[in-house]
Amino acid sequence: MSAAAPVWAMSRRGAVLALAALAVLLRMDVLPIAADAGAPLSLLVAAAALLFLAVELGDWLGISRRWLVIAVPMLWLFVFFLVPFIVLGRISLAEPMIARPPYSPLWERGPDGSFNIIASFENFQFLYEDALYRNAYLSSIRVAGISTIFALLIGYPIAYYIARSPEPRRSVLLLLVILPFWTSFLLRVYAWIGFLRRDGVINNILSWLGVIDEPLVMMQTDFAVYIGIVYTYLPFMILPLYATLVKLDDSLLEAAGDLGASPTVTFLTVTLPLSLPGIVAGSMLVFIPAIGEYVIPALLGGPDTLMIGRVLWDEFFSSRDWPVASAVAIVMLVLVVVPIMWLQAVQNREAPK
Amino acid sequence: MTTPAIAADTRPWTDPDAQPFISIRHITKRFGDVEAVKDISLDIYRGELFCLLGGSGCGKSTLLRMLAGFEAPSEGQILIDGQDMAHVPADKRPTNMMFQSYALFPHMSVEKNVAYGLLREGKSKAEAYASAAEMLKLVKLGSFAKRKPHQLSGGQRQRVALARALIKKPKLLLLDEPLGALDKKLREETQFELIRIQETLGVTFIVVTHDQDEAMTLATRIGVMDNGVIQQVGEPREIYETPNSRYVADFIGSVNLFEGVVGPAAPDLMRVETTDLGAVSVPPVKGLTQGQTVWLALRPERITLTRNAPDGVPNAVQGLVEDVGYVGHMSAYRVRLANGRVIRVTQSNRLRDEDPISWDEHIHASWNASVVRVLTQ
Amino acid sequence: MKRRGLFLPIVATLGFVFLYAPIISLVVFSFNESRLVTVWGGFSTRWYGELLNDGQMLSAAWISLKVGMISATLATAIGTLAAFVLTRFSRFRGKLLLTGMVTAPLVMPEVITGLSLLLLFVAMETTLGWPSGRGLTTVVIAHATFCAAYVTVIAQSRLRDMDESLEEAARDLGAGPVRVFFDITLPVIAPALISGWLLAFTLSLDDLVIASFVSGPGASTLPMVIFSKVRLGVSPDVNALATIIIVIVAIAVTIAGLLLRRQSKKNP
Repeated sequence: MSAAAPVWAMSRRGAVLALAALAVLLRMDVLPIAADAGAPLSLLVAAAALLFLAVELGDWLGISRRWLVIAVPMLWLFVFFLVPFIVLGRISLAEPMIARPPYSPLWERGPDGSFNIIASFENFQFLYEDALYRNAYLSSIRVAGISTIFALLIGYPIAYYIARSPEPRRSVLLLLVILPFWTSFLLRVYAWIGFLRRDGVINNILSWLGVIDEPLVMMQTDFAVYIGIVYTYLPFMILPLYATLVKLDDSLLEAAGDLGASPTVTFLTVTLPLSLPGIVAGSMLVFIPAIGEYVIPALLGGPDTLMIGRVLWDEFFSSRDWPVASAVAIVMLVLVVVPIMWLQAVQNREAPK
Repeated sequence: MTTPAIAADTRPWTDPDAQPFISIRHITKRFGDVEAVKDISLDIYRGELFCLLGGSGCGKSTLLRMLAGFEAPSEGQILIDGQDMAHVPADKRPTNMMFQSYALFPHMSVEKNVAYGLLREGKSKAEAYASAAEMLKLVKLGSFAKRKPHQLSGGQRQRVALARALIKKPKLLLLDEPLGALDKKLREETQFELIRIQETLGVTFIVVTHDQDEAMTLATRIGVMDNGVIQQVGEPREIYETPNSRYVADFIGSVNLFEGVVGPAAPDLMRVETTDLGAVSVPPVKGLTQGQTVWLALRPERITLTRNAPDGVPNAVQGLVEDVGYVGHMSAYRVRLANGRVIRVTQSNRLRDEDPISWDEHIHASWNASVVRVLTQ
Repeated sequence: MKRRGLFLPIVATLGFVFLYAPIISLVVFSFNESRLVTVWGGFSTRWYGELLNDGQMLSAAWISLKVGMISATLATAIGTLAAFVLTRFSRFRGKLLLTGMVTAPLVMPEVITGLSLLLLFVAMETTLGWPSGRGLTTVVIAHATFCAAYVTVIAQSRLRDMDESLEEAARDLGAGPVRVFFDITLPVIAPALISGWLLAFTLSLDDLVIASFVSGPGASTLPMVIFSKVRLGVSPDVNALATIIIVIVAIAVTIAGLLLRRQSKKNP
């Protein structure tokens, strides 16, 4: 290690200088890269330069390198994931104003030079009093809950079938499950518009078969939203279930059978309880994001399909009421935090070592 | 180049003036509330092939990892060649390790694996690869240089791991269950290979193993560990013939243990009253008091079975042969004594006469007083 | 047992039909002459032609690709570091916090993430002056942040499965911690990182909600353009786009699957 260290240190210092220069050049749009890519690229380069700089500084100060490695992801996530929630909270306490940005400032100096903090719970009171929001929250939970149950009912047999399949069939089936996930979510929801419309595929087939005289109204209903959610989130249900089921020891099932349990009883008393972690994981992966879904209710739901994600969007984009939108988000966050913590607790229990 | 003196011949641990090469002083290691290693002190001399022997969970691997630098001791000091290893990280220690799983880098060729240590020292690629090629020839894998680890058999991977660990000529080589994954025949061959390499290069080896046969074959000295503590350190013969405790006596080879009470003091022979054997005469042992509880250790191969009562032998009992096991080179007998106790007796089949003792025979079991070992713990 | 034997395959088959019927219909109707999309009017490839001439779509696609690549790279870097720190460092102050910050984005509703990030950017702009206006940079930051969590999950799983004694062996042979990371850890977990990058890339390419919140004028991503078209009803050129994407993904996934199978033979 003796000979290599100084060389590595020198090249690192050289790298800092080179990267800093590159970042500046990118910023100045001197390099022949598409103008709008220059900004984020220079961000990337500047970040790398800062990193090397931090390593040098850390060495000079005697800070162990370990902390640097921890600091990078910690800082990034803290600034860009956690702090936004603080900002969200602060704005939910503000009043909408015709200004840039369209909310009241946090503090102002009074005429006597004193600090006044402007914060009010008006927005939350508004949410509480207006039935629309309460109904939207409840309806979101209901829709998300029902969709999760359906996803579980459809996804469990599929996951079970794949888990019990021998290779190579198993890998192929897994691939087939994952493939739709990699195609655009938006496009797959769009596909259902084509299926559920008055002149859509389902109605065409049903009337061609003579089953119906009048086209069924399926678009812009709760039913369409259920289908949309189940359809798009199904892989999220299948994969954790599969992961748990595939670890199931066959000999346990054989033992149960040997002790006199019928296949149904074996399933209910052995398989189902043991696959519970997978059920919880899959359900949370569907339920939690589904509560706040926007796209599916927007494209497939009707005006009376009340979902809180849509309410937030409309508050923000249509009404331009940032504080109320923030308040809606905060309440949603509170609603969602408990299931998230439950999921994390289950994951921790499952984590090996 | 002079061949370094072989520690097995010079036996430096018997010399009170000899300086230990590795000094382990009052080492304790705690993981949370659990003490994996409890106040161990041990001196190991240059050129030794030292074996740490014990069952799983006894702390031997933890001790090894502390020597390598992968764990830091909770208390105590480790000195290698006089240098305190306290703040020396694993990559700067004069030790190298051969891992139980071999830990060959899967994405590098065999020669790159072996050359890796030299490259980290700053040697040029040409130099490092040349040395690697030599090393591979030494372990008889010269033509496998360009292969990847997954293309090798278990025994071949083990040799690559050894080559990789030896190429830097470390002061100390640590081996973690090196022969565990090999089948019996291969294991025996490799044991002698290891000894040969160790004596040729003069490197100090510390081997961790749970296999007592392996320890007995390889070691210049053995340290028997149990539950975080070293029970006994000594040459293989010493450990076997004169164990210091029931644990050691039982761990190495098989043994018959009898609990007894010390009789009145006598100059030439001592008597111990046991429930299974009655009164037993043993060579006098200093420091015992009358009435003290001791255990007598008697190895199966030291007991002779005869159909008629042996004359002139003070130590003899009667029994019934319950079972005979024929293991090729020897026969193992289970003999039930009058009070129901069963003892093990083995006899080399070289000595078998035309009418060997068989099942359901009433026999006399006898032994010399001098081979009985008295244990106080 | 016979009854059980048929039940599962039937349900599974129905499940797969359910999964694939809409996708197949997208492809089929992309070749439909009729503008009505779901009413068949004859075979035609005109929509592909129209798609290739649609400037708005093409520039949006280009923007999405750029954003995808940069944010996927950033996300992989951040996610890998987070995964490494969480698996290899047994205890450190803030470990619980980091674990939470790395799990929550996986399930957090996108409207919350999108809105909160936008508010952050606005607040940063008023106090720090950066980022000045929303555009590519803000979208990249937003995508990198939520995608990093996914990369972390993948990288963590691989790091846990990996034989740690490989890293110890490298240290024993004289490599310092940084060396070990680049010489040993990264190459061994490389396949996981590649799939992490690809996942981040896909998620970024596909994101509508977050991009709608944090993007700015002139930086409309492909999903944003598609969404505005699709709100008004079906649009056959979208079908054409969908088919192209499906074909690309199908080929890529098949290649990846074959490569993985070959890999797994080498690294047991």
